[in-house]
Amino acid sequence: MTTATDAIRPGGGPSATGHAEEKDYLNVDNSIMSWLFTLDHKRIGLMYLASVLFFFFFGGVLALLIRTELFTPGADFLTYFVSGKNAAELKLAAADLYNQLFTLHGAIMIFLFLIPSIPATFGNFFLPLMLGAKDVAFPRLNLFSFYIYVLGALFFLYTLASGGLDTGWTFYTPYSTSTNTAVIASTFGAFILGFSSILTGVNFVVTVHKMRAPRMTWTRIPLFLWALYSTSLIQILATPVLAITLLLLIFERALGIGIFDPAMGGDPVLYQHFFWFYSHPAVYIMILPAFGVISETISVHSRKHIFGYGFIAASSVSIALIGFLVWGHHMFVSGQSPLASLLFSMITFAVAVPTAIKVFSWVATLYKGSIVFNAPMLNALSFIFLFTIGGLTGLFLATLATDVHLHDTYFVVAHFHYVMVGGTLVAFLAAIHHWWAKMFGRHYNELCGRISAIFVFIGFNLTFFSQFVMGSQGMPRRYFTYDQVSPELLSIYTRMHQISTVGSMILGLALTFTLFYLTHSLFFGKKVHNDSDLRWTGESMEWKAATPPSPHNFHEQPIAYNGPYDFKEIDHSLGGGH
Amino acid sequence: MSQVADHAHTEHPPHLHHHFHSSAQQAASAKLGMWVFIAQEILFFSGLFMAYIALRYLYPKTFLAAHEHLDVSMGALNTVFLITSSLTMALAVRAAQTSNKKWAEINLLLTIGFALAFCVVKYFEYSHKFHLGIFPGKYYAYTHIPGNPEVFFGLYFVMTGMHALHVVVGIGLLLWIYLKTRTGAFSAAYYSPVENVGLYWHLVDLIWIFLFPLLYLVK
Ligand code: HEM
Ligand SMILES: [Cu+2]
Repeated sequence: MTTATDAIRPGGGPSATGHAEEKDYLNVDNSIMSWLFTLDHKRIGLMYLASVLFFFFFGGVLALLIRTELFTPGADFLTYFVSGKNAAELKLAAADLYNQLFTLHGAIMIFLFLIPSIPATFGNFFLPLMLGAKDVAFPRLNLFSFYIYVLGALFFLYTLASGGLDTGWTFYTPYSTSTNTAVIASTFGAFILGFSSILTGVNFVVTVHKMRAPRMTWTRIPLFLWALYSTSLIQILATPVLAITLLLLIFERALGIGIFDPAMGGDPVLYQHFFWFYSHPAVYIMILPAFGVISETISVHSRKHIFGYGFIAASSVSIALIGFLVWGHHMFVSGQSPLASLLFSMITFAVAVPTAIKVFSWVATLYKGSIVFNAPMLNALSFIFLFTIGGLTGLFLATLATDVHLHDTYFVVAHFHYVMVGGTLVAFLAAIHHWWAKMFGRHYNELCGRISAIFVFIGFNLTFFSQFVMGSQGMPRRYFTYDQVSPELLSIYTRMHQISTVGSMILGLALTFTLFYLTHSLFFGKKVHNDSDLRWTGESMEWKAATPPSPHNFHEQPIAYNGPYDFKEIDHSLGGGH
Repeated sequence: MSQVADHAHTEHPPHLHHHFHSSAQQAASAKLGMWVFIAQEILFFSGLFMAYIALRYLYPKTFLAAHEHLDVSMGALNTVFLITSSLTMALAVRAAQTSNKKWAEINLLLTIGFALAFCVVKYFEYSHKFHLGIFPGKYYAYTHIPGNPEVFFGLYFVMTGMHALHVVVGIGLLLWIYLKTRTGAFSAAYYSPVENVGLYWHLVDLIWIFLFPLLYLVK
């Protein structure tokens, strides 16, 4: 371990003499075709990045429309977008539009943004780099996954053009078999997207098993990869169940085959079991990669060896596995047997244990580290804070007696936004800042990054903490108006909705600002000429590649002589002190 | 350090993709990938089996009455076809592994033949059902079975239909492997595609082995 100095520095970027003229993966070929048919995992990652960001902003606009409508208790904002002969008709049409908005917002955010977000972008880009591999195991399959993603996304856009969708992102039967909106197009889209996710998972699992650099033992794999590995297991084992569920729903709707719809002899609770058997594990598809990002950023930006490497790695895998056994907590009031509810409740509590282990380990990593409050670190700290609230409120919902009151209220909405936005999105922001310079060879503006992190935090909390309050007061989710309640409730709901709407505007502005300065930096940002220009580096292998990496990642096969968190400066100080 | 780098350049057979170090690594990756994919397939079908369990539990009498209208001998014949095709498939893989090109070709053709025979039998079964008015879902029009047989037959069509779709995909894959075998692409040094299509084919067989008793032998 003492000779870590000559560790992994192959080729080492443009600084390495002789390679100065070397092309990187971005400028190696500029034609459109070279992008569309690329097999380079880095380029595929960037194509995903552009796509998921597009859909994120699309879904975001829908969210702002929803929030604007809810600013006042009655029906108003959305009535301007619909037609009707009198006030009552107008209100009904606006209510329909509202249902479409929240459905598309949820479905787009989940299937087109959150599920692929971190794995398909940063996972694709960094998984081979962090393993010291030239590419993922199946590059063609990787490109294929991307195009399936695009195809699935087109189905969603088609849904939008052909009458929209108003079932909620959960497609619950029997409503989804009877509504006259475009259920088949959207579920078929989600079906296709599922295969994109499965194939990415297959690729990652095989790559982690078979493509590791020499000496990269399982305990020298960066924690981001342990997280991606666990995520891939879920993608492979849970997504096919969603696929068959949606396919059955399509058959039911198109041919009248009775599986889920009681009118046709089916069982609607069966649908819920099937749906949540995928969709609960799916929330871990969304959050586990985020955990991985946080492990990397916390460690690098406090220059400290991650605390409890083994525990964090094992907790990722155990969350993935236990996550398969808790789906029934979405069905406490759906008429499942009390015994089943009891067991699901207990196992749900059990998931919180490995989750808490992670949070404690991150905090312990920070302890006595040399913390730098740059944009990735601010986002990572924000993540720890927000995710903890999201996770803990999950426990309120996992408690049978409280869930009866909180189910289908804004409390649930706040819970999942704390984990999905406060968790996954904020980790996504941490990742994008953490690796930006490595990916593009340009620096973003650090001040802008910090301002954005702070305003995202403020806007987010205003938007969603208020929803905890109104949810605990009984404000139901998916309601278009809230003017038919007692005066006391009306004043609480109105105030909280107004805070929430203002917060969402701040959040929206902060994210637009982020998009703006990041895009700006692509063209005008300060260039990274060699590794010493980087504002930070880590000890995991992606930092040993050139900036930006060369098309085949490394000039020579790197060898993992040390672990991913063996920071030299800290090792020295420890050597003196102990 | 340079040892490893050199090693990467020692061996360069035409089938070896540039991002792998060795044929062994490439073959192991392909095989693991296929196994993981098969896990995915099993979970996919498990949804159908769960739906079957739930609905049979809801309507035990209907299932009993309706399944009498499936043709056990046809189902049994198809079972024999598929099991035999698994054998010929295994022989084809073995032949590829031992660079026995002719024997591999013969066995692949036999496998394709059994697969096609399976489809022909299925075709007769389906058309007989349609003839009686036993259509999937809301098109169901055969009134001689008590209970709600349309649920049973809906499930029957979905389950066997999804399986048949896998058979058809399998035939395509087998044809591709057969044509490549003829060009001499496979040998003891490189036979991953044959092996992987074999794994897939065994899975298709295995699923049928579960479908057959569940649907045809309810009693
Ligand atoms: C400690 C961890 C967690 C626990 C104990 C937990 C518990 C729960 C429970 C019991 C519900 C059902 C509430 C109801 O409908 O009445 C729920 C809903 C939900 N949770 Fe969590 N959760 C946790 C983490 C997460 C994470 C990490 C995510 C996503 C990244 C997530 C996303 C969701 C979503 C989307 C819903 C609502 C689904 C819907 O009805 O539309 N949860 N959670
Ligand atoms: Cu859940």
